[in-house]
Amino acid sequence: MTTSEATAPAAPVAKKGPNAIGITIFVLLLFALPLLLPVVLPLLGGIITLKPNFMIFQLTLVIIYAIAILGLNIVTGYNGQFSLGHGAFYAIGAYTAAILMDKLDCPYWLTIPISGVVCLVVGFLFGLPALRLQGHYLALATFALALAVPQLLKYNHIEWLTGGVQGIVIIKPDPPFGIKAINADQWLYYLALVVACIMFWLAINLIRGRLGRAMIAIRDHPIAAEVMGINLTVVKSMAFGISAAYTGVAGALGAIAIAFVAPDSFTIFLSISFLVGLVIGGLASISGAIYGGIFIQFIPNVADAISKAAPWAIYGLFLIAAVYVMPTGAAGLIKQWQAKRRAAKQ
Amino acid sequence: MAKLLDVKGLRAGYGQTEVLHGLTFELEQGGITTILGANGAGKTTTLRAICGMVRVAGDIVFAGQAIAGKATEDIVRLGVAHVPDGRGTFVQLTTEENVRLGAYVRSDKGQVAADLDRVYHYFPRLKERRMQQAGTLSGGEQQMLAISRALMLSPKLLLLDEPSFGLAPLIVQEIYRILRDINTKEKVSMLLVEQNANIALGIADHAYLLETGNIVMSGTSDVIKNDETIRKSYLGY
Amino acid sequence: MEAFLHQIFSGLAAGGIYASVALALVMIYTATHHINFAQGEMAMFATFIGWALIEWGGLNFWVAFLLTIVIAFCGGFAIERIVLRPLHDKPVLSIIIAFIGLLVIFNALAGWIFGFTIKAFPSPFPTSPPFGNRFLNWHEIGTVGITVVVLLLLFAFFRLTPLGLAMRAAAFNPESARLVGIRVGLMLALGWGLAAAIGSVAGMLVAHVVYLDPNMMAGILLYGFASALLGGIDNPGGAVVGGFIVGVAENVLGAYVIGTELKLSVALVLIIGVLLVKPAGLFGRRIVTRV
Repeated sequence: MTTSEATAPAAPVAKKGPNAIGITIFVLLLFALPLLLPVVLPLLGGIITLKPNFMIFQLTLVIIYAIAILGLNIVTGYNGQFSLGHGAFYAIGAYTAAILMDKLDCPYWLTIPISGVVCLVVGFLFGLPALRLQGHYLALATFALALAVPQLLKYNHIEWLTGGVQGIVIIKPDPPFGIKAINADQWLYYLALVVACIMFWLAINLIRGRLGRAMIAIRDHPIAAEVMGINLTVVKSMAFGISAAYTGVAGALGAIAIAFVAPDSFTIFLSISFLVGLVIGGLASISGAIYGGIFIQFIPNVADAISKAAPWAIYGLFLIAAVYVMPTGAAGLIKQWQAKRRAAKQ
Repeated sequence: MAKLLDVKGLRAGYGQTEVLHGLTFELEQGGITTILGANGAGKTTTLRAICGMVRVAGDIVFAGQAIAGKATEDIVRLGVAHVPDGRGTFVQLTTEENVRLGAYVRSDKGQVAADLDRVYHYFPRLKERRMQQAGTLSGGEQQMLAISRALMLSPKLLLLDEPSFGLAPLIVQEIYRILRDINTKEKVSMLLVEQNANIALGIADHAYLLETGNIVMSGTSDVIKNDETIRKSYLGY
Repeated sequence: MEAFLHQIFSGLAAGGIYASVALALVMIYTATHHINFAQGEMAMFATFIGWALIEWGGLNFWVAFLLTIVIAFCGGFAIERIVLRPLHDKPVLSIIIAFIGLLVIFNALAGWIFGFTIKAFPSPFPTSPPFGNRFLNWHEIGTVGITVVVLLLLFAFFRLTPLGLAMRAAAFNPESARLVGIRVGLMLALGWGLAAAIGSVAGMLVAHVVYLDPNMMAGILLYGFASALLGGIDNPGGAVVGGFIVGVAENVLGAYVIGTELKLSVALVLIIGVLLVKPAGLFGRRIVTRV
């Protein structure tokens, strides 16, 4: 596989990421946030009227969405395969967690890796046949999957398991070891943050490693990649499985954080949200997933004030605008800006 | 005789790569001019440039109108018909539909019907295969089809891109005999690019030699044909 | 037996709808090699316009019907010109994203303008049982009749008129089409207009059955995809046949085998099944891509 190493640097990720100090500060800040918010928010007075706990809950969702978008980015951004159906894997992750907790009294933290593994397997199996399909056909198959999932979850022969239309209510976990210093919302935030740090770290290593280079090679030149001895089916299926696993982990975290799952939360529009996050955040960019998560969590809140339909109209406009004016997403724009600033300094 | 086509300093290329580095040539009304050259010399690109199918710089004047930079559809409407490289057959359509498409821009219906008969008269084989899917025709038949489609425009200028390519010698002779007929009887001017210099010089009155995007020699066909140095160094026979 | 006949006939009525949607998809696919994920939402939005013309504008059904078709045509034409034309040389992903953007916008606009409550859509056909039969109704007969008329008109247009021929030529071989003077861009936009118009017919016919709301076309679009794939995504005739096959199969299977709850999953299985077993569909041509 030495030949593939020679071609890999052409891909955007082969460059060095942002500096380690910046990342460390950023992560530390994220960890400090729940403790700062209750102090800072009252100081801001009337500007932000949100309760600190609700704000923290929203930030937890941002982190969860970022993990899901990162998953989608692995398959779409880095491997060049289109999935319009990642909401389905999010649903599978969420339901796996909810059912494990509801039926088997499984501890909540254990459901997260289990959901990941379940989605890895389901994604790999779905990927194996579906990935023989290219471009549009894969998009079509995953689109169909996303449309069918809510109906499948409501199917009355599995209602005993899924709770049918009613869904499943689960109990929000308290902080472990009887810690009193933080409340349940803050604890969930930390849980999501820790999981996210692990997942992002794994993703960076994945992309820089052998499998990642093979994925990128397939995206950029499938025929050359095959000639170099990369097994297209295996690599593409692996990418799809890993991507599904990420989204499944996010789904499990989402179920725990919201303490409820129901079929109608997992419509095609969830899949489209992830796509919006991916495109707005930036394709083939690790940090883009974070911007994407922020976008799909907060834009609807702002737009909801106008009309129930407004968030989606805005999503649609952003999607089309993104294709025209910022194909590299927010991450790309920020990189450009940094490069300009550096150039200006010299 | 008046100039039908007058090209000055034509540059053209694909993306960043320039293929033609400033060609100057002309074609007289009613004449047949040929551009000869090896593979990759830029012959096809020259024809595509005239038709506005590649980005161009320089002057192209056709029948007194500047056409450089115009859209292909508009250049066609001025009476430039192109028999393209690879024949451009609409493989899913029938032979007759292919031929009829050539007259798409014309509004004189009665004359179109007459032209259809005339074209079938030149190429009776196509008439036999009128209702056949064009993709099933042989290479020679598809070449005839491409010429027929171009003739249906009732063009002032016919651009021919290697009509002998990949065809058996007998069929090549037949096609060239008909091209000569069309030129003499219907006064259609032709710009012909060919690798097969022998046959092209046999029909053309003027010839240009193209080498890697530059014209290196020009003259009447007779002069070029009889000049041993040119023949040996450029035409290779 | 009567019940079975009823299922067959309902299946044909549904099949007519699927055939129309499939045909709209195929038209855009043959011209651009893109699958229009927004086709269903465009049809839904057009149906809302028809509804508004009838309910708010007080127009007669047929006047509103024809007017909606014209509006849908213009809308499709405009979308191609404004949104998709500038993207024609972008990668596939960009175009899929644009389609999804359109889908979302139409869905949101419909909800915004017309509301999310489910609405009844009138049928122009009498409600009395035809010929004293209990196993079919006039709306189903009318649906089959209208779709067949629309399909025949389209067939005649593409086979017999010079414009239809030019549109086919532009779709099959754009470069050669330009060389005979066909304005390929215009033909594409016309194709979009026609596809949108056909979709609007399907939407207005099916809205009486499934009721009108912003999400009404999701399932129908899925069956349209399945029909188009079954018949061969590059073959209009195949797509129509595929539509009727899928319609009948769906109704019969739904009534006797699977139940109606899993309709979308059936479509999913059908889509993936066709893609895996016979990607070219029943009547499509295999396309060999050369390196």
